[in-house]
Amino acid sequence: MALDDVSLDVARGEVHGLLGSNGSGKSTLIKVLAGFHDPEPGAEITLYGQRLPLPVAGAEARARGLAFVHQNLGLIPQLSVAENLFMGRFATGSGWALNWRALHREAREIFARFGLTLDPRAEVAGLTAVEQALLAITRAYEDLAAATKDHADRPGVLVLDEPTPFLPRAGVEQLFDLIRRCTATGASVIFVSHDVDEVREITDRATILRDGHLIDTVVTRETSHDGFVERIIGRNLETYGGHAKALDAPEALARVTDLVTEAVGPVAFELHKGEILGLTGLIGSGFDAVPAALYGAAPASGRLTLDGRGQALAMQTPAEALARGIAYLPADRLGAAGVGSLSIGDNIALPVLAKLSSALGLTASRINAHAARLGQAAGVRPNRPALPLEALSGGNAQKVVLAKWLQVSPRLLLLDEPTQGVDVGARQAIWDALDLAAEGGAGVLVASTDYDQLAAICHRVLIFARGGIVAELSGRDLTKDTIAEHCFRSMSRVG
Amino acid sequence: MDDTQYEARIAALEAKIAALEGAAEAQPPGDGWKGWAERYGLIVAWIAIILILGAFKPAQMFAWNSYASMLGSNAMVVVLTLALIIPLTTGDFDLSIAATMGLSSMIIAVLNVQQGFDIVSAVIVALAVGAVVGAVNAFFILYFRVFSLIVTLGTGYFISGLILWVADGGTVAGVSMGLIKAVILTRVLGIPVGFYYALILTAAIWYLFQHTTLGRRMLFVGRGREVARLSGVNVTRVRAGALVASSVMASFAGVLYTGMRGVADPSSALAFLLPAFAAAYLGSTAIYPGRFNAIGAFVAVYFLSTGIMGLNFLGVDSFVQNLFYGGGLVVAVAISQLFRGRKEMG
Repeated sequence: MALDDVSLDVARGEVHGLLGSNGSGKSTLIKVLAGFHDPEPGAEITLYGQRLPLPVAGAEARARGLAFVHQNLGLIPQLSVAENLFMGRFATGSGWALNWRALHREAREIFARFGLTLDPRAEVAGLTAVEQALLAITRAYEDLAAATKDHADRPGVLVLDEPTPFLPRAGVEQLFDLIRRCTATGASVIFVSHDVDEVREITDRATILRDGHLIDTVVTRETSHDGFVERIIGRNLETYGGHAKALDAPEALARVTDLVTEAVGPVAFELHKGEILGLTGLIGSGFDAVPAALYGAAPASGRLTLDGRGQALAMQTPAEALARGIAYLPADRLGAAGVGSLSIGDNIALPVLAKLSSALGLTASRINAHAARLGQAAGVRPNRPALPLEALSGGNAQKVVLAKWLQVSPRLLLLDEPTQGVDVGARQAIWDALDLAAEGGAGVLVASTDYDQLAAICHRVLIFARGGIVAELSGRDLTKDTIAEHCFRSMSRVG
Repeated sequence: MDDTQYEARIAALEAKIAALEGAAEAQPPGDGWKGWAERYGLIVAWIAIILILGAFKPAQMFAWNSYASMLGSNAMVVVLTLALIIPLTTGDFDLSIAATMGLSSMIIAVLNVQQGFDIVSAVIVALAVGAVVGAVNAFFILYFRVFSLIVTLGTGYFISGLILWVADGGTVAGVSMGLIKAVILTRVLGIPVGFYYALILTAAIWYLFQHTTLGRRMLFVGRGREVARLSGVNVTRVRAGALVASSVMASFAGVLYTGMRGVADPSSALAFLLPAFAAAYLGSTAIYPGRFNAIGAFVAVYFLSTGIMGLNFLGVDSFVQNLFYGGGLVVAVAISQLFRGRKEMG
């Protein structure tokens, strides 16, 4: 159950925060409100005195005064600002001819009202992330106003689902300014976020969810930063010892220096032989960009020294990384890690085709025999290499794509969310396989937001925030709770 | 509930799961009559069409001579289809193959008849020009990252203009008998030798796709470009190679086409684009269902041309060719979509 008996009330003109960590149920709650998920019978919403059973269809919800801006914003990048702004009108409006001059003027008037300076003719793809967010929120507000214009008593409720994780500080200010202008007209805003500081800055009250339960609704002014963090991660902030594994005699394996990507940098860290190093942080902190960057799969600069041999990352291709003994398992299982429509055998064999080829070439039986051997060792069920990869469950498919890389005995194994969408049994099997690889002397780098997993398998965990490393946890300090605490604390902004 | 009860229930559940998994391992899908029908359905349909048409025109449909000449005269369609399935496998369309075939044919005729080149040099030049066409396609597709459909649509039309220019508007006749002998006059088992070239190329492409590391890499490039890239495959080089190979093979189809007729005309080759696509897609529903494959393509070409031959015997007009090829393409793609569970095409 993702949500259990959660209630939320929002006052007129209020900014109400909705907080919680990954899996706390806040996105489920939003999806129920937006009509994507059906709740169990009995759930209802009261909007301006009108009781409605959930789910409420989108158009109905809007007419009653409820509108959403989801994290992906719902903009079409190739179209102009004005086309995006009036999209709802184009989709369902009754008019035939479009008067562009009038539309552009109207758009400018709307933007002026909100203190924005957007060019209605500009292409949305060319806007900054901040401008796109502002446009999406303005559009949602205008659509609400249009839908409720016959009901002066319904100024509307705007639900903003994590609008800020990728925005720089200046952009967040602009966005908050826009939110305040909206609430000044009597509208209410539900502000979904995992960022304690932002919630403290913009909201009047806030509701905190954890594991699908309503933990508390607090008055923001009366609640400290630590008060929020405690409610989010669910314990008093006293540390108790973890039992993270320790290396007997740390021996350097890899060193990363001056790593810079679009989302990261510059950062530097080291990895030891036989070490499993976790990278984590909140969404938008940049930790998840590191594995692809070190593999040469995404644009990056900096230097990766492995076994004493250095290489500039800007020059490294995946093929060269592989030749150096680096393997990379992306999170997108059937998009980047393996091809679903091809057989398990073909997927496993791809990196070792030359080895499997005999004088007469490759044969399917040879490939499949090899894949069956690896599948057996990895515990793939059913272990039938001729099946297409997409026929397997998520956990088994993950075992396959992991086995694909473990067979090349990498010196450095880079993993992105290695157990996302994987059942408990497969999760354990994958952890065991990573342990085994590390015991063989490889370095393993795991980027993940799964704190449980990091605490269970890592020797050390680096916490990222705003593209940099803000904390390093190991030994007794490395527990699920300390990781969560550091992630949420990391959002505290200086200046 | 006490512990023993709980343990017993877990044990029962585990036994059930094990049984289910055992059953799943014992009966692989794609085997059994359904898999067999998928793989060999096209061959069965080919035999069926021979028998049905034979019931009406036994004298012609059951005569070896009909087949011998049909096999020979469609050899260049086989080669053109094989040329096409190479870039299709790596995920690119090549709509310029038919024009390339026509260009090759015209170059051979003009060089051999009007410029006094010997036939071997003329053929070599034609194949080299094919390689240039492929390189141009690859440059625009891979450097500018333009969708291959658009680039080859344009280059194909451009080449058809080049042909008219080179030909100066007319048909060029009188190509060296050497080429005609090497393609159609020499017969083995009554079948023109051109057919055997197509057969050998079919075997070669089958081997490439099925039994070489390059063939596997091509398949991954076509199905999962990002997967291939992250697995260290040089995706750009593989795609470029496929486009060049396609154009060179299309030029070779032009060599066969010229040898078969002894003349080159500016426009007739263009009509072979659709038959090649129809055969490529129809062939991808057979032998190795779901993959563009050489044997499937070979069977598909002759399945379609057998049908057309039979309908011609029945006295149906020549428009039947268009009905057959056009209908064949759409039906073939529809069938392959059924196999894929009607998922959105990439």
